[in-house]
Amino acid sequence: MMERIPILRMGNYLLVTIQVDMHDKLALTLQDDLTARISEVDAKGVLIDISSLEIVDSFIGRTLANIASMARVLDAETVVVGMQPAVAITLVELGMSLPGIRTALNVESGMEYLRDTVGVHEGSDDGIGDSRED
Amino acid sequence: MMVSGTVEKTEVVPIASSSDVVLVRQRVRAWATELKFSLVDQTKIVTAASELGRNTLEHGGGGSLELALIVNGMRRGIRLCFSDHGPGIPDIAQALKDGYTTGQGMGLGLGGSKRLMNEFEIETKPGGGTLVTAIRWK
Repeated sequence: MMERIPILRMGNYLLVTIQVDMHDKLALTLQDDLTARISEVDAKGVLIDISSLEIVDSFIGRTLANIASMARVLDAETVVVGMQPAVAITLVELGMSLPGIRTALNVESGMEYLRDTVGVHEGSDDGIGDSRED
Repeated sequence: MMVSGTVEKTEVVPIASSSDVVLVRQRVRAWATELKFSLVDQTKIVTAASELGRNTLEHGGGGSLELALIVNGMRRGIRLCFSDHGPGIPDIAQALKDGYTTGQGMGLGLGGSKRLMNEFEIETKPGGGTLVTAIRWK
């Protein structure tokens, strides 16, 4: 079976927690899967938790930036949360400042940002109870 | 000229697929942890190894990493030697420039990993492969 990173849906939001050391193909699969899911469920916000990632190199950084740009074109906001301080220091020294990517310290403030930006979609059919995993 | 030292031990990691680049990161992490580098230094070394390992795979058509523990007087360091038998780098100065890329990357691999390490050297000749040596001292 092909390796995949699960995408959770919660109402109008898609949630991804990257918990494995991603090789490049897996990162590209995530990019494809996420953009497909955004348009499939008409998602308005995407939250990517990278708190388990021990490094973000230029390829992973570029993949995150691509996901954010593609999501924006599909009318969805992306927020990347939980970057470890050592990862942030290294990324900047590497020469990547991740322009165009919205970041937050943790899942809670990331969700808060998405709610503020996207607006609350209460009363829609797919409320919070409808979360499911792919 | 690059400052080097006496080689204490080595390990070779073959690089033939993108999952080998993950293995490179894991082995370099294990070495950097064993040498008691700080978390930030470990992260820098592993990130540089990831960039250079990807170059070996994408531009060199595969090759290998030789990890070494080196000792120079009181200093200990980790040395990474990435070698491939690919087409070589025609213009090293250009390849080191941020934003220059022949692939689909961001062109931060070589210049970026040079900044993350203390010593950095490239030996290459057209058609004769490339050897990138990088050291981070403790």
